[in-house]
Amino acid sequence: MAGHASLPIVDVTPPLTAPPLSVGVVKLASCDGCQLALLGLGPLLLDLGTHFRIIEFGEASSDRSDGPYDLLLVEGSVSTDEQAHHLRSLRERSGLLVTIGACATSGGIQALRGWARDAVAPSVYPEPTWVDALPTVTPVADHVRVDAELRGCPIDGGQLVELLTALRVGRRPQLPDEAVCAACKRVGTVCVVVAHGEPCLGPLTRTGCGAICPAWGRGCYACFGPREDANVAGLAAGLAGRGLDDATLARRLSLFTAWSAPFRAAIDARGGPPGFPTTSADATHASGPRATDVPTPGA
Amino acid sequence: MHDTQVLERRLAVPSVSRVEGEGRLEVVVRGDEIVEAHLSIFEVPRFFERLVVGRDADEVIDIVARICGICPVAYQLTVAIAFEHLCEVTLDPEVRRLRRLLYWGEWLQSHALHIHLLHAPDFLGYPDALAMARDHRSIVERGLRLKHAGVAILELLGGRSVHPVSVRVGGFSHVPTVAALRALRPELEQALREAQETVDWLATLSFPGFQLEPRLLALSGLDGYGIDDGVIVSSDGLRLSPDAWEDVFVERQVPWSTALQATDRDGRRHLLGPSARIVLGGDQLHPLAADALGRVGGAERIRLERFRSILARAVEMVHACAEALELIDAYQRPDAPRVPWTPRAGRAAWSTEAPRGLLFHRYDVDDAGRVVAATIVPPTSQNQAAIEDDLRAFLPSVLSLPDREATDRLEALIRCYDPCISCATHFLEVDVQRLPMAETPG
Repeated sequence: MAGHASLPIVDVTPPLTAPPLSVGVVKLASCDGCQLALLGLGPLLLDLGTHFRIIEFGEASSDRSDGPYDLLLVEGSVSTDEQAHHLRSLRERSGLLVTIGACATSGGIQALRGWARDAVAPSVYPEPTWVDALPTVTPVADHVRVDAELRGCPIDGGQLVELLTALRVGRRPQLPDEAVCAACKRVGTVCVVVAHGEPCLGPLTRTGCGAICPAWGRGCYACFGPREDANVAGLAAGLAGRGLDDATLARRLSLFTAWSAPFRAAIDARGGPPGFPTTSADATHASGPRATDVPTPGA
Repeated sequence: MHDTQVLERRLAVPSVSRVEGEGRLEVVVRGDEIVEAHLSIFEVPRFFERLVVGRDADEVIDIVARICGICPVAYQLTVAIAFEHLCEVTLDPEVRRLRRLLYWGEWLQSHALHIHLLHAPDFLGYPDALAMARDHRSIVERGLRLKHAGVAILELLGGRSVHPVSVRVGGFSHVPTVAALRALRPELEQALREAQETVDWLATLSFPGFQLEPRLLALSGLDGYGIDDGVIVSSDGLRLSPDAWEDVFVERQVPWSTALQATDRDGRRHLLGPSARIVLGGDQLHPLAADALGRVGGAERIRLERFRSILARAVEMVHACAEALELIDAYQRPDAPRVPWTPRAGRAAWSTEAPRGLLFHRYDVDDAGRVVAATIVPPTSQNQAAIEDDLRAFLPSVLSLPDREATDRLEALIRCYDPCISCATHFLEVDVQRLPMAETPG
């Protein structure tokens, strides 16, 4: 999973007098919460029309368009064959494709079912054979080229504005890759690990949310996903010193960005997510840093 | 009429817009006979009831929030209260009041969004709120300010408005200072005035006269408008504890939709949401909201006329602002944000009122406090069957119209229920429904 810095964004600078960019907003498997960030822009929303023409946004408009789009914002992860086909077709009709949110960038909470060794459907449905669902839920980048990504569950409205502004003026968006810890220090939030012994994934997690969880008295749960070179082994060692075992760390990682490569490896090395045990029973008894925690270099 | 050739006509809305999530409307008419009228939901399955297995209560709160980006607090609080009942956790009364305030914040932002950005364009003849804003900018701006007042509550109490982070079993991870809460007052005072103006503005719209006697279901509150506790009541006399939904209702699988549908054991359908609450719990509205309801002609027409649900939603915005202001004025910061509690095995179940209607959760929990099995019944899977009944009854009035106009009207009716299709937690995809759409008659 490459960080933003290595993603191609725009190589031409459009003049501000250029016609508005045509924008599509589509969803795959998701909760609609990231699309809501667009509707949450407030008065800005009403002035977007100066620079952007939203031609497809099913959640907000009855005027629909199959494109082509200068910019396509994709929410959600790929959960069915039909969605995978649809996504490839959308890619062909899009200039820039930007993923919005944890589902689109790393699979989202529903990606946990990738760890299931039996069919998930019978636990939920009376007629499981009617269910059309792939065994794994995957991020958009597993299927098509992605030009930029907005992280978060949900995305941050400020980052969305930064992305749109940058695309409009033809520069690279400023989306920092530093850890949540840095954001905590900047706003003066007392460290919940040091002060309260509360497990926190902040050191592994890319900032962008505003370091909300520690400020609201709880540890970060990594909804913006791993930052580049996230040192899971280092955090595991640090938390082990405070009595947090490996299974608990796996549990903490097994949420909205669990399917991201570094977290997936760390979860696998610790016996899998809760509710989806893997066969490597010995992993659940191990503790401390492990060689398998080293994240694979960016794609 | 007598010698009219019997033609089959299909009316289809391949993807219903201005709703949350993905749904499709399919209607088949032969002559004057309605062969099919299905709201089929094709949102892909995410299997939340399986995803929460093995998790403890606070993890479930974080996970089920992701069922719906529009009403995450409804899911979070239903889990928290269900586990608090199972484990006999007694909340600090200040925490309970903050919970209600948080819930009003979600209602206010959800209702303001639905009224102004999703629903009002139908009444004024626009495809969306951006187009509507070109002619009615001040109305849309007022809607966005109302939405923001709800967001401000959510952000203060929960850190952010989509998937807030503070709800925990026993209370919150953090509670605000009195000064921080009071600082919300000016925005909410303005919101209260503007919610009242919104009610009066909506009352000037013209409403399709479509009427149907409904069977309604809502939570009737113990000490205020029903939202987080009370008794489940129906328009035909049912009274049920909020943890006992499954004693009366069941979910059934239907071949034309991917969402399970909920009915009572006799197959009878019910409608949930603002109109049901206004009718069944109107006597518990804040006096300012009751006054607003009086100005739009009272609950009876809202009960019968589906298109007036937008009025019920606006009256509830008045209530949300008015009660929020009272909660803020009365607030004293609790000694601790949450009370300690001990997990126990058993069945954690509860119902609360999401902005779009009653929501039921049940979790079977082991000794360690971890979920073994779960059932989540969102409002839309309860409303879906009744919506189809309404569509069938509404159809004859649009059949004389050209296809595009007819389907626009049908879509507008669907929006009256504010369906939150992403919420429907369990979905099935049925190939037989992939019929060629919009065939020409014959």
